[in-house]
Amino acid sequence: MPDLSVQIGSLKLANPVIAASGCFGYGVEYGEVVDLSLLGGVAVKGLFLAERQGHPPERIVETPAGMLNAIGLQGIGVHRFIKEKLPELRERRATVIVNICGSTLDEYVELARILSDADGVAALELNISCPNIKEGGITFGCSLNGTFDVVSAVRKVTRLPVIPKLTPNVTDVASFARASEEAGADAVSLVNTFLAMAIDVETRRPRLSNIVGGLSGPAIRPIAVRMVYECRRAVQIPVIGMGGIASTGDALEFLIAGASAVQVGTANFVDPFICTKLLDGIRQYLERHGVSRVSDLTGTLDTSAREKQWISS
Amino acid sequence: MPVDVEARVIANTRLSPDYNVIALAAPDIAASTAPGQFVMVKLGRGFTPLLRRPFSVFEVLRTNGHVDGLTLLSKRVGVTTSMLFDAVEGDVVSCLGPLGRPFELLDPPAEAWMVAGGVGLAPFATLTEALRGRGTTVTLFYGARSGRELFYLDWFQARGVRMVLATEDGSVGDHGRVTVPLERALRVAGRPQKAAGDLPPSSEASAERRGDPPERIARPTLAGRGAQRPDLGGGGQPSGSSITIYACGPEPMLEAVAHLAARYGRPSQVSVERVMGCGLGGCYSCVIPVREGRDGWRYVRSCIGGPVFAGADIVWD
Ligand SMILES: Cc1cc2nc3c(=O)[nH]c(=O)nc-3n(C[C@H](O)[C@H](O)[C@H](O)COP(=O)(O)OP(=O)(O)OC[C@H]3O[C@@H](n4cnc5c(N)ncnc54)[C@H](O)[C@@H]3O)c2cc1C
Ligand SMILES: Cc1cc2nc3c(=O)[nH]c(=O)nc-3n(C[C@H](O)[C@H](O)[C@H](O)COP(=O)(O)O)c2cc1C
Ligand code: FES
Repeated sequence: MPDLSVQIGSLKLANPVIAASGCFGYGVEYGEVVDLSLLGGVAVKGLFLAERQGHPPERIVETPAGMLNAIGLQGIGVHRFIKEKLPELRERRATVIVNICGSTLDEYVELARILSDADGVAALELNISCPNIKEGGITFGCSLNGTFDVVSAVRKVTRLPVIPKLTPNVTDVASFARASEEAGADAVSLVNTFLAMAIDVETRRPRLSNIVGGLSGPAIRPIAVRMVYECRRAVQIPVIGMGGIASTGDALEFLIAGASAVQVGTANFVDPFICTKLLDGIRQYLERHGVSRVSDLTGTLDTSAREKQWISS
Repeated sequence: MPVDVEARVIANTRLSPDYNVIALAAPDIAASTAPGQFVMVKLGRGFTPLLRRPFSVFEVLRTNGHVDGLTLLSKRVGVTTSMLFDAVEGDVVSCLGPLGRPFELLDPPAEAWMVAGGVGLAPFATLTEALRGRGTTVTLFYGARSGRELFYLDWFQARGVRMVLATEDGSVGDHGRVTVPLERALRVAGRPQKAAGDLPPSSEASAERRGDPPERIARPTLAGRGAQRPDLGGGGQPSGSSITIYACGPEPMLEAVAHLAARYGRPSQVSVERVMGCGLGGCYSCVIPVREGRDGWRYVRSCIGGPVFAGADIVWD
């Protein structure tokens, strides 16, 4: 049996497959359907300090091999999360990664403080990359100074692993990984969604109430793989890769490009059992290739000159 | 608990150039489906379509009392419904379900008035069977664009359902929307002695807030309180006995029905149709504003908090 565990800073995950934030509710919605303890981790829906209603419908629209969403971070706020969801997640032995969002730097710090005292939180993922809200969030994620400031401020108040989640809506994503590393991040995760839009030409109306939204799903995968590859080469800390993973091969691509673990978002909507299926697939691949630890696969992209192979027919 | 089944197409019957009934070998889902619940369906292995689509379970198929499948009533509007229309025997359809909160059932002497608009007929076949099984009197108000788009009339008649039809072109039944005969009947039935409109807020909102999957939520009292008030007398048609209105169809129709029901003091249960990404509470795409507290409201995920809501609970905009 290959060793599937991976190390993300001080956090050891049982395996490298994590359900991505916003695509798995608070985890508890899936508790009866999926054995949460089998997942490497569950990144819960982005939380603010306070409750939020989010945007009016339409909130999603399907696009070629992908979807746009503008949910607007509807959520119950951190206090109700701790009271109403965390106990069940603990009971189900989920490895909980809490995705946090703030309008100000102080809000991120406050969230980190509160969650550090809560029982059953394994890590903090800093959402500085949501394209769907005007205030905060992505304004940190689109500025190198902003990224550095928010990561170092959170770093100072928590012992939990800190994982900034990077936006792909920048020219040079690797520089943001570097800024995160310098500020003391334990890892970076990427990509969040690509800012995009879709129009109903008959009515000339936007398909989403928010007009613009974030593109996710298989359509973004090649760009996400490239970005993970760039970040891996820029930093020493682990990279958690995501964007369009829908099959074992997709997940392996990210690992080989340099990800230590992967997250699965949109594909959960299509198949709620996808994460455990990917684990089986990864295990089989490692056995077939004689790799004893999944961590040995990370960043093993072979770019050497190709030898000519004689393939007899 | 929902299951994911690769269901074989047993039969596909085209009812018109747009409507079809597709029978799927998904006995596990069929056997555990309650009236009003839905399945998330995907055809093909590729990325077109990428996401599943929600469909009400139309009929539960039985041979000698043994459940062997279910049917969907589909109207062609886009990629998935076109594939459902074109599917042939032996094709495979991914089917995840049963999902969502079902209709609340009624016992006699309470009466059920079902209001269907177009493909909104779908949840009413299983509801009819469940209600008729309890001996509840059932009326179907059924509206469509034209008589050519009124389906399964014999099926409902054979089960003792009183039929009231309306078409927008006037070819069959009332000329106009289905709310025309509905309002007439409500007027004739009069108001119940005690207004039934003042139901306590249903518990969906709070249940949804807990994120409980439907199975674990204590069944709310959406309606059917009349069932506990047999003193109102009843029988006969039309009657002033306790009547609950069930509705499924386009949202403007649901809104009109909910308003009519409230005006005539009858409880209503409406099945809403929102765009659904996952059907399991994971994506927050399917929300609908539901009343909370005195003047408040909150977005509730209709896939787990619904699709059936008390008409009076929804904030219609
Ligand atoms: C709980 C529930 C039960 C349903 N039951 C049935 C049923 O029994 N039979 C049936 O035919 N349909 C039913 N629907 C509607 C059905 O889900 C949509 O018609 C379907 O998703 C369209 O998919 P498509 O791929 O064919 O169209 P797409 O290619 O996705 O879209 C084509 C057009 O249809 C519109 N559309 C997409 N989704 C919806 C929606 N949910 N409601 C209204 N318009 C939509 C789009 O805006 C677009 O303009 C139900 C919906 C819900 C939420
Ligand atoms: C409906 C939806 C909601 C999302 N909500 C969040 C969120 O709350 N926080 C966050 O960091 N990312 C959120 N994301 C982004 C995903 O976590 C992920 O980064 C992105 O979708 C790319 O992965 P995928 O292609 O596998 O979906 C959301 C994505 C979708 C589709
Ligand atoms: S359809 Fe995804 S939350 Fe309701």
